[in-house]
Amino acid sequence: MRGLLLKALAVSAAVLLAACSDSEQTASNAPEKSADKVKAGFIYVGPVSDGGWTYEHNQGRLAVEEAFGDKVETTFVESVSEGPDAERVLSQMANDGADIIFTTSFGFMNPTIKVAEQFPNVKFEHATGFKRADNVAIYSSRFYEGRHVLGLVAGKMTKTNTVGYIASFPIPEVVRGINAAYLAAKSVNPEVQFKVIWVSSWFDPGKEADAAKALIDQGADILMQHTDSPAAMQIAEQRGIYAFGQASDMAAFGPTAQLTAIIDDWAPYYIERVGAMLDGTWQSTDTWGGFNTGMVALAPYGQAVPDDVRQLAEEARVAISEGRLHPFTGPINKQDGSAWLAAGETADDGTLLGMNFYVEGIEGSLPSSN
Amino acid sequence: MDYSLLSSILHAILVASTPLVFAGLGALIQERAGVLNLGIEGLMIVGALAGFATALAGYPLLVSVIAAALAGSALAAIFALLVLRLYANPVATGLALTLFGLGLSALAGAQYVGQAAPQVSVWTIPLLSQLPVVGHALFSHDPLVYLSILMAALLWWFLKKTRAGLILRAVGENHASAHSLGFSVMGIRFLAIAAGGALAGIGGSYLTLVQTPLFVEGMTAGRGWIALALVVFASWRPFRVIAGAYLFGSVTILQLHSQAFGISIPAQWLSMLPYLVTIMALVMISARGEKGLAAPGSLGKIFRVSR
Repeated sequence: MRGLLLKALAVSAAVLLAACSDSEQTASNAPEKSADKVKAGFIYVGPVSDGGWTYEHNQGRLAVEEAFGDKVETTFVESVSEGPDAERVLSQMANDGADIIFTTSFGFMNPTIKVAEQFPNVKFEHATGFKRADNVAIYSSRFYEGRHVLGLVAGKMTKTNTVGYIASFPIPEVVRGINAAYLAAKSVNPEVQFKVIWVSSWFDPGKEADAAKALIDQGADILMQHTDSPAAMQIAEQRGIYAFGQASDMAAFGPTAQLTAIIDDWAPYYIERVGAMLDGTWQSTDTWGGFNTGMVALAPYGQAVPDDVRQLAEEARVAISEGRLHPFTGPINKQDGSAWLAAGETADDGTLLGMNFYVEGIEGSLPSSN
Repeated sequence: MDYSLLSSILHAILVASTPLVFAGLGALIQERAGVLNLGIEGLMIVGALAGFATALAGYPLLVSVIAAALAGSALAAIFALLVLRLYANPVATGLALTLFGLGLSALAGAQYVGQAAPQVSVWTIPLLSQLPVVGHALFSHDPLVYLSILMAALLWWFLKKTRAGLILRAVGENHASAHSLGFSVMGIRFLAIAAGGALAGIGGSYLTLVQTPLFVEGMTAGRGWIALALVVFASWRPFRVIAGAYLFGSVTILQLHSQAFGISIPAQWLSMLPYLVTIMALVMISARGEKGLAAPGSLGKIFRVSR
C-alpha cells in the first residue's frame, strides 16, 4: 500500500516537473543573461493613499505586477523620511534580495548613492535627482509639457483673463511650470494675466484652500496648482469656476470644475525598467521623459472644455510628443526684458533644469529660493 | 479696491479664524481651571477626523459636530486621567497627547484620505445679510461660525456670571483654597478638560467639514499651538480670544491677497507674519507685567491632596 502511494507521488511529481520545464521552454526566448524572476522594491516618501505623488508611484508598481505576473515580486515601504532612515530601509530591502530598488523622492538621492556602493549587484533607480552611478539610474518627467497644454486651455477658457496659480516653493521645477503655462496661455490670449500665490508648502490643504479663495476673489476664474492636495479643486467646484488637477486625476473632487489634470504616469517607465532586468539589458541611464514616453499624461477633458479648445490642446500634445513643438521656443525674454531665447531657438535642458527666472509678462517677483 | 472684494476678504477671514476661536476657547476653559494642556493640536486633529468620518457616513452636520466634540473629549479624558489621577507631568503629557493625536488620526484616517465630505449649507441671516459689504461678509456663513461666537459669549457668561464659573475660576486661581472650601478640585478640572477637549475637537472638525472638506494626515498644521498662544494673547478672556483669532486670520488671508496683488515681499516673510504678530502681541502683553498677564494663579501646578 505504502509503496503504491510513493509511486503515485513520484509519478505526479515527474508530471509536474515536466509541465514546469515545458512552460519554461516556451517563455525563455530572451537573451542569455536573463533573470527568471525579478524582485523589485519601492520606497515612498508619503503614504500610498496621498492621492497624488506617492499614489501614482504605487500605481506604477501595481502596473509592473500586472505586466509581468509571477515573474516579478514587488515590495514597498511607505512614509519613509528623507535621511538616515531611508538608508536603513534601503539596506534592508537589498539584504532581503531585491534586484532593483526605486527610490521615489528627491531627498532619497544621497542615501541611494551610499547604499548602492555597498550593494554593487543591486540596481537602483532614483527619481528627480541628479547623481548617477554604474548601478544607479535616474529618472524624472517633463511636467512642463503638460503645463503647456494646460496653459492653452486656460488661455482659451478664461473670461476674466485672469488665471490663478497656487505655487509651493520657488524651485526650478515649479518656476518652469509657471513659465510654460503662461507662455502657452499668452500665445492664444494676449490679454491673459497670471496671479501667483506661493503657499510655502507642498501640502497644507487649509492654506491651499485659502489661497484658492483669495485668487478667485481677485478675479481668477481658472486655477492651476503646483501643490499636492485637491483642496483648490474642491473650492473651484464650490465657487463654480474651473481648475486643473495636479499629479493625479482629481475629477472626484471637482466633477464639473476639472478641465483636465497632469497625471504622472510612472507605469510605462517602471515596466520598461523591470523588463530590462528580466531580459538582462538594464543599464544606468538618465531619463527625462515627457508625453513621448507616456510618463506625462493628461486626464480626460472635462465637460466644460469646448470642442475647438479640445482640438487645440490635443494638437499641441501630439506635436510635443512627436518633437515638432517645444514649449520653450523663442523669441522669449526674461521678466526684466533681457533676451533669453532668439526666434526659433529652443531651451536646452540645462537651463530648464536650473530655471530661476520668470519670463517676460508675468507680474510679481519670484521669491528667492535661498 | 471694490467693495465686493473687501466683503470676500472679510468673509474668508472669518472662515480662516473659526477653528482658532473654538480651539482657543477650549484651551481657555482648561487654563482657567488651572490646567495647562499642550495637547490642543492632538485634540483638534482627532476631532477633525471624527467629524469628517461621521459626515462621510451621511450624518447631518449637527451629528458630525457632536462626534467631533465627543472624540476630543475622549482623548482629553485620557490626559485628565494621566495628569489628575496619576500625577504625570502636564507639560510632557500634553506634548505626548499632541503626538499621540496626530499618529492616531493618521492611522485611523488612512482609509478616508482622498474622499470629499458633503458641502455644509450656509445660513443666511435675513435682512442683515442684505447690508452692503458686511452683509455677505458677516451674515452669510455656515452655522459653526455663529456657534463659535455664541460659545465665546456663553463662556464669558459662565465664567463671569454663574456660581459654577466662579468655582472653576477659584480652582484655577488657588487650588489649595478651593479644596479647603470643600470643592472637588479633581472633579472640576476633569470637567474643564473634557469641555475644553470638546471645543478643540469642534475646532478641528471645522477644518474638515467646512474649510477644506477632506482629511489628510497632520492637516491641523500647527493651529493647536496658535490657539494656545491666543489664550495668553487674550489674557484668558473669551472675547479677546475671538479678537486674537480674527487678527491672526486677517494676517493669514491678507498675506495671500497681497501676493495676488503682486506686492513683492518674499513669500517666506509673509508666511512668517502671522506668527510674528503673535509673538509681538505676547511681548506687548508681558511688558505690562504680572497684572497685565493675569494668568490663573495655579496654572500648570500639580494638585495633590495632602494626606
